Amino acid sequence: MNTNQTASQQESRWSRLTQSKYFIYILISPLFLVLLAYVIYPFYQTFIQSVVGTEGAGIGNYKRFFSLESTANLEALWTSIYISVISVITCAIVGVTMAFLIERYEFPGRKILSILVLVPMALPPLVGVLSFTFLYGESGIIPRSLQALFNLESVPFSLKGITGVIVVHTFTMYTYFYLTASAAIKGLDPSLEEAATSLGSGRIRIWVKVILPMLTPAMVASSLLVFMIAMASYTAPLMFGVERTMTMQIYLSRTNGNLDMAATQSTILSIVSISFLIMMRWYQGRRNFQNQSKGISVHRTELRTPFMKYLSMFLSFIGVIILMLPILVLVLISFSVDGEWTIQIIPPAYTLDHYIALFTDERTWRPIWNSLQMSFVATIGNILFGVAAAYAMIRTRFKGKALLDILIMIPWALPGTVVAVNLIAAFSEPSVFSFNQVLIGTFWILPLAYFVRHLPLIFRSTSAALMQMDQSVEEAARSLGANWWYTFRRVVVPMAFSGILAGTLLAMVQGLGEFVASILIYSTSTMPLSVAIFQKMYAFQFGTACAYGVLQILLIIFVLFISQKLTNGKAGAVI
Amino acid sequence: MKSVRLDNVSKMFGTAKGVEHVAIDVKPGEFFTFLGPSGCGKTTTLRMIAGFYYPTKGKIFFDNRDVTTLQPNKRNIGMVFQNYALFPHMTVFENIAFGLEVRKLSKSVIKEKVERAQKLVHLDKYGNRKINELSGGQQQRVALARALVIEPDILLLDEPLSNLDAKLREETRLEIKRLQVELGVTTIYVTHDQTEAMTMSDRIMVMKEGVVQQIGSPQEIYNKPANHFVASFIGESNMLEGEVTEIRGTAVKVKVDSDLHVEGVLDTEADQPKLEVGKKVKLSIRPEAIFEGQGPNQLHGTIQLVEFTGVSINYLVKVGSSILKVMIINKGNQILKRGDSISLYVPEKGVYFINE
Ligand SMILES: Nc1ncnc2c1ncn2[C@@H]1O[C@H](COP(=O)(O)OP(=O)(O)OP(=O)(O)O)[C@@H](O)[C@H]1O
Ligand SMILES: [Mg+2]
Repeated sequence: MNTNQTASQQESRWSRLTQSKYFIYILISPLFLVLLAYVIYPFYQTFIQSVVGTEGAGIGNYKRFFSLESTANLEALWTSIYISVISVITCAIVGVTMAFLIERYEFPGRKILSILVLVPMALPPLVGVLSFTFLYGESGIIPRSLQALFNLESVPFSLKGITGVIVVHTFTMYTYFYLTASAAIKGLDPSLEEAATSLGSGRIRIWVKVILPMLTPAMVASSLLVFMIAMASYTAPLMFGVERTMTMQIYLSRTNGNLDMAATQSTILSIVSISFLIMMRWYQGRRNFQNQSKGISVHRTELRTPFMKYLSMFLSFIGVIILMLPILVLVLISFSVDGEWTIQIIPPAYTLDHYIALFTDERTWRPIWNSLQMSFVATIGNILFGVAAAYAMIRTRFKGKALLDILIMIPWALPGTVVAVNLIAAFSEPSVFSFNQVLIGTFWILPLAYFVRHLPLIFRSTSAALMQMDQSVEEAARSLGANWWYTFRRVVVPMAFSGILAGTLLAMVQGLGEFVASILIYSTSTMPLSVAIFQKMYAFQFGTACAYGVLQILLIIFVLFISQKLTNGKAGAVI
Repeated sequence: MKSVRLDNVSKMFGTAKGVEHVAIDVKPGEFFTFLGPSGCGKTTTLRMIAGFYYPTKGKIFFDNRDVTTLQPNKRNIGMVFQNYALFPHMTVFENIAFGLEVRKLSKSVIKEKVERAQKLVHLDKYGNRKINELSGGQQQRVALARALVIEPDILLLDEPLSNLDAKLREETRLEIKRLQVELGVTTIYVTHDQTEAMTMSDRIMVMKEGVVQQIGSPQEIYNKPANHFVASFIGESNMLEGEVTEIRGTAVKVKVDSDLHVEGVLDTEADQPKLEVGKKVKLSIRPEAIFEGQGPNQLHGTIQLVEFTGVSINYLVKVGSSILKVMIINKGNQILKRGDSISLYVPEKGVYFINE
């Protein structure tokens, strides 16, 4: 009787606690704590470093950044912005044109083109740039073959400098425009166009007055996104030797030991990126989706004249070649014997050794294993955090939701270089958040970097899955006597499973390909795959580098395929 | 089988009103219905009984146990949701077994109970089906079996028929009633459909804008509506307003307008308004309480509209400046046309005085 009473008293105290409207804050506090420790605190440390520099406190570093005496920094800022703006324009032109051709016209080769058009997404950043230098660089395959073909003194063209960066950006980032534009075009009601035509509008008029205005929201969103990604781009400027960009300046300042300036540059770049993120969120929030009318399938215009047919066939053939070449060249070189390829157009000697070495040679296998391990650890963290955060976001109510949302998205907007600099600033010394350990130089720093960089992936895919799930299903489980945890395990997780898995796979491959942050903070004992590729490149072991690259691409294709199956083709939501 | 008592329960959503001062006492084994238009607070009340909302004020008791803030999973309730809320990743069998697994019963007991429940709802052969391979009506029966198999003390149903088409709705309605009578479980049923409420319930609570209007058996609610709202919401009614001209014992004469005088009797057993000569009063006359021919409360009017439904002939009749709905049972009598004049009468019992 007595024990019974205390038990019930305890229960009532517990239930009073759990019913308090502040109880939810106890539940979500770990989420905020993680964000505080690994996003805000490192950011803050960088900022502190930039104002409390070795040469006295204050805004001295910022004055130096904007000073007109040594203009390297301003030039870098200007070049970054310039590259980004041009990238947005070229990506928009390529992406929207592709979307229109593929969604609106029926021509031979359309099907294959519509699949291959997404190939650039399967290229990890470093590998993508690599293949471009192999193909179009100064000693690239294409310029050299043209030289040989026309018997020229020197190569007719080659990709280098800012042009190279922009071309690579265009190739790798036009897909953002393509995806949003083709979604928008699918949503366009063709009868509007037909109505305009029947009212006597000409083609150009229809474009200007009807189609473009309706695509505007999709275009604005993609422009902001591409601008943000181009600002953060690091690999392309690195490979094409454009030193005057923000990311390269940060890298150089660090390697020259000018840590305060690196911190300053990081802070400024972060502010630019985060303002773009906020603009994007604001714009998406305001934008309405009224145009997603259903049930109307797009009529595809068929090309009638034979001339147009052949022309389109030829053009889509060229398109297919351009899209496939980067992967083909990687595969080709991955079979080449290291050190044999010097002045020939294509590698002269071939071997299977690199692939055999991948799985048999301990030293070659090591980086793969490192990356697998580190990516795995980071992904586990991402799953725990992402699922919990998504559940809290979709299913509970609390003040500070908007803050949580923006905090989770920030790492996505932050350039990898900045993430690395922030982590260095925070964890070169013991802190509470690293359990009083120095993390730099240990195994843990890279998983932490991957965790931070890929924070939004699982969060977003899980949120999307949860949003489609009716809350009453959870209530049904509760009414049948299941407690919260049992319900979560048996009902919520299985129902959101495809979303969780899609995000997990994506986080895993992103971790396997991560280069930008890794290059700044890896230690030789835990060298990741992409850094190994980079080093092999510089040691002229092209074959091994490309074999690594092919492996990465295979993994990504596999993952994309699985997520496509899991989400019934709605994988776009994940990316 | 338990009783459910709501003791002056109110629920606020922030500053918005959910429901106010609900006091009910559902007897063990009773079929109790919450009826009212959309947004009147039926779901809110039901969810407080289920434990998904906690009352802002007041208490809830199952038998004599205070469950006001008890977790929903500790209440031993069975609940059927409007959209069924079945687990899409489980089969029919697994759905029904869910609550038993939570209760940690042995595999063999679970199997036996689930199979019995499947039989009960005529889904014996469907155990291995996926949920999306069932029709709406079958899904509804799975939801019902899942709620009943745990032998709940109280069964809660929130508009369980609203997603079914008319034919299935009737079938499932009978099915639910049959199961309820067979198992004798205390049942609380939410609906905005008065036919469902009238045909199934032992008692009905009529609500409007979060406030209880009347609690009573279907007959009471229909024959003795507590107010204007109940009279017009349940069934059809001619609502008239007039001036009391004479009171003799329980007999009351009312002048609606110069051409329409009505005489009725006060119902001494019901809650009736205080009447005084010269004061305004509201009264309700059901269309079926008006008869064709000669009798008390004789009326003469012109037919405005004729509707033949098979069972009955419905007329709209203009009497003086009022329009009355009249329903005549079809016994093969001659159907009048628009513009014809008609003689009608209303027995004194057909006139019911109502509160504001
Ligand atoms: N979670 C909530 N937050 C704020 N207001 C709510 C909430 N749930 C219900 N309400 C409000 O409480 C009132 C009663 O809602 P309730 O869902 O109980 O109505 P209902 O009678 O079940 O209606 P329906 O027939 O449409 O289901 C409504 O005005 C509604 O807007
Ligand atoms: Mg409701």
